[in-house]
Amino acid sequence: MSGRTTVAVGMSSCGIAAGSRVVFDTLKKAIAQGGLNAEVVATGCVGACHAEPLVEVRESDGRAFLYGNIDEAKALSIVQKHLTAGTPVVELLIPADYPYMAKQKRIVLSNCGVIDPESLEQYQARDGYEALKKVLTSMTPEAVIEQIKTSGLRGRGGAGFPTGMKWTFARGAKSTTGKKFIICNADEGDPGAFMDRSVLEGDPHAVLEGMLICAYAIGSDEGYMYVRAEYPLAIKRLQIALRQMEEVNLMGDSIMGTGFSFHLHIKEGAGAFVCGEETALMGSIEGKRGMPRLRPPFPAERGLWDSPSNINNVETYANVPHIILMGGAQYAKIGTEKSKGTKVFALAGKIKRGGMIEVPMGISLREIIFDIGGGIQNDKKFKAVQMGGPSGGCVPESLADVLVDYDSLTATGAIMGSGGMVVMDESTCMVDVARYFLSFIQTESCGKCTFCRIGTKRMLEILTRITEGRGEEKDVAELEELAAKIKISSLCGLGQTAPNPVLTTLRYFRSEYDDHIRNKRCTAKKCKALIRFQVKADACTGCMVCAKVCPTKAAHGERKKVHEINQATCVRCGLCFEACRFKAIEITTGAQAFSDEKAALTLPVSGKD
Amino acid sequence: MEQAFQALLAEWKGVKGNVIPLLQKTQDIFGYLPQDAMREIAHVTGKTSSEIYGVATFYAQFRFTPMGKHVMKVCHGTACHVQGADSLDTVVEQRLGVLPGNTTSDGEFTVEKVACLGCCSLAPVVMIDGEVYGRLTGDKLGKIVAAVGGAK
Repeated sequence: MSGRTTVAVGMSSCGIAAGSRVVFDTLKKAIAQGGLNAEVVATGCVGACHAEPLVEVRESDGRAFLYGNIDEAKALSIVQKHLTAGTPVVELLIPADYPYMAKQKRIVLSNCGVIDPESLEQYQARDGYEALKKVLTSMTPEAVIEQIKTSGLRGRGGAGFPTGMKWTFARGAKSTTGKKFIICNADEGDPGAFMDRSVLEGDPHAVLEGMLICAYAIGSDEGYMYVRAEYPLAIKRLQIALRQMEEVNLMGDSIMGTGFSFHLHIKEGAGAFVCGEETALMGSIEGKRGMPRLRPPFPAERGLWDSPSNINNVETYANVPHIILMGGAQYAKIGTEKSKGTKVFALAGKIKRGGMIEVPMGISLREIIFDIGGGIQNDKKFKAVQMGGPSGGCVPESLADVLVDYDSLTATGAIMGSGGMVVMDESTCMVDVARYFLSFIQTESCGKCTFCRIGTKRMLEILTRITEGRGEEKDVAELEELAAKIKISSLCGLGQTAPNPVLTTLRYFRSEYDDHIRNKRCTAKKCKALIRFQVKADACTGCMVCAKVCPTKAAHGERKKVHEINQATCVRCGLCFEACRFKAIEITTGAQAFSDEKAALTLPVSGKD
Repeated sequence: MEQAFQALLAEWKGVKGNVIPLLQKTQDIFGYLPQDAMREIAHVTGKTSSEIYGVATFYAQFRFTPMGKHVMKVCHGTACHVQGADSLDTVVEQRLGVLPGNTTSDGEFTVEKVACLGCCSLAPVVMIDGEVYGRLTGDKLGKIVAAVGGAK
């Protein structure tokens, strides 16, 4: 590619959603029309999702310029000013010392947004498959496992089990079927998490290389990549990668002529959160209902089709080639005593700069949220960060200095989890968040264990009642009792951790529960049954915008006259509040909203879930 | 369609773990899982119809009634929830007159509620016919629905 300028456009799902396809086409057309010596390529996600669509201009002399928030017009200006006239468009550039990048340490994401994920050559140009070559030509399986053990790598799917130990078990297991399987768990089901999707879309070969190394280490010749169906682009890129590997003998019989053979199947999930649990996932591959089963026997002993199986998460496998190349000891220098290496997080929610980040273990949550993420949107007050999805919990602002490592996070009641990090501000109601997760768990419970199936239902009913202003004093105690019972009486991790979002919010935000129950007040002004939208007569200009956006015609009035909101037909969607340019609509709650008892009782009930 | 289905059955007959891929590809052909098709899958895979039905109903992906011309998936992931996904539901309900899980009476739209589309930093998002629309407001979504529905 020397002598030629490369223009890279981030084309992962989120980039495309933000409009990168139009940008890509515009650039291509304008460059062709101008007869410029530049090539437009599609890359994966560089991680700065808040600034999508992203365009990077890489000069032939190695200099790179990253542009953010690009649309059609801006793309044309890049072509005219930068590519044609040779002057970078300074006002569109993301500065080189951008704080979003400065505190990150990118190992797993080192190729994401840099290479074209659909090009095997570009992966190989950045040491791709060198680790595999090293392993196959100069290391025994035991030596590979030893390196992984030395690195201290722990499962990145959430539970944090030491990877080297898992591999040892699978290597040592006797197979009665003559087969051993390896599986990659890419059934990223946690709502609010998209790490695996980004890695698979941005650098699929790294994950596949990690799987091959694992297969060699444990002595397996067949494997499965289980990807959720909601990620069509990741599946497509994996299929392309697999085909490329087969063409050059990186997959199939006697890989690189070494006598080591491996075959991989890509399996699409069918939409069941519980299939992220390893035994359920294996059941699903076998074509059954994805229901967890009792362990032991652990998969390493008896897994897929009764054969010893090793199952790891996408990010875990993606770390493996890097560990082999840099050496386990070098990798272990990153991070804390018990949590080595880096962790990829999906930063989302009420954060200024959301996206995919990779940080060294041992960084504090505050650094992630404020230094990398730039703080809270609209400079509102930071309230909590939800980690680990439905199995995790909410870490409050007061504990934001906690370090990111498996044990410190577990001590807060949350978990490291797979990497979802949803930031919440003062406008997020913690009771509603708890209800949200319980509603998710309730839908996704496979139904095998009574407490998970019915206990979560009872908890959801209580939480719904509280958010609808019908909470009772005894509710909190009942929630705690149910939570304790669900934890001890469920078979799998999903059930055992199901009450966590409720327990952590109770632990840190008890006053919000009490406020809902006793004062019918939702301080975050989120719970529909406890709020009212009202027009402030002194601020309303009678511009009619609220009346126009109101889906139920509850907001009404004549031009240039103060408008009104009919409380009987208002569905509390908030569209008028968003639309009003004069801040003339206020949201009230508690005694302020419902001065008379009757008004509170005639409220529409929101419990659609 | 029937021909494609028969070819599919022949292709996957005897393959290990073929039940779910068969159901998925059958749904690709018909847009949903017709009862007769499930019976034939049972026959080919050597399972009972009830086993096949049990598997199909376990997974959120499978449908037992025909889909609308356009499929809208409203994301209810954590980030989308926090950023106001339920307001989008209200807009959809008002605009199309259906609750998630249903198809409009004119067969134009099927509306579904999904757990997470993984585009969290663009929350709230919806996916219409495989295309993700992000950073939505109720107003924006209303316009998108009108545009998609209008493009007949």
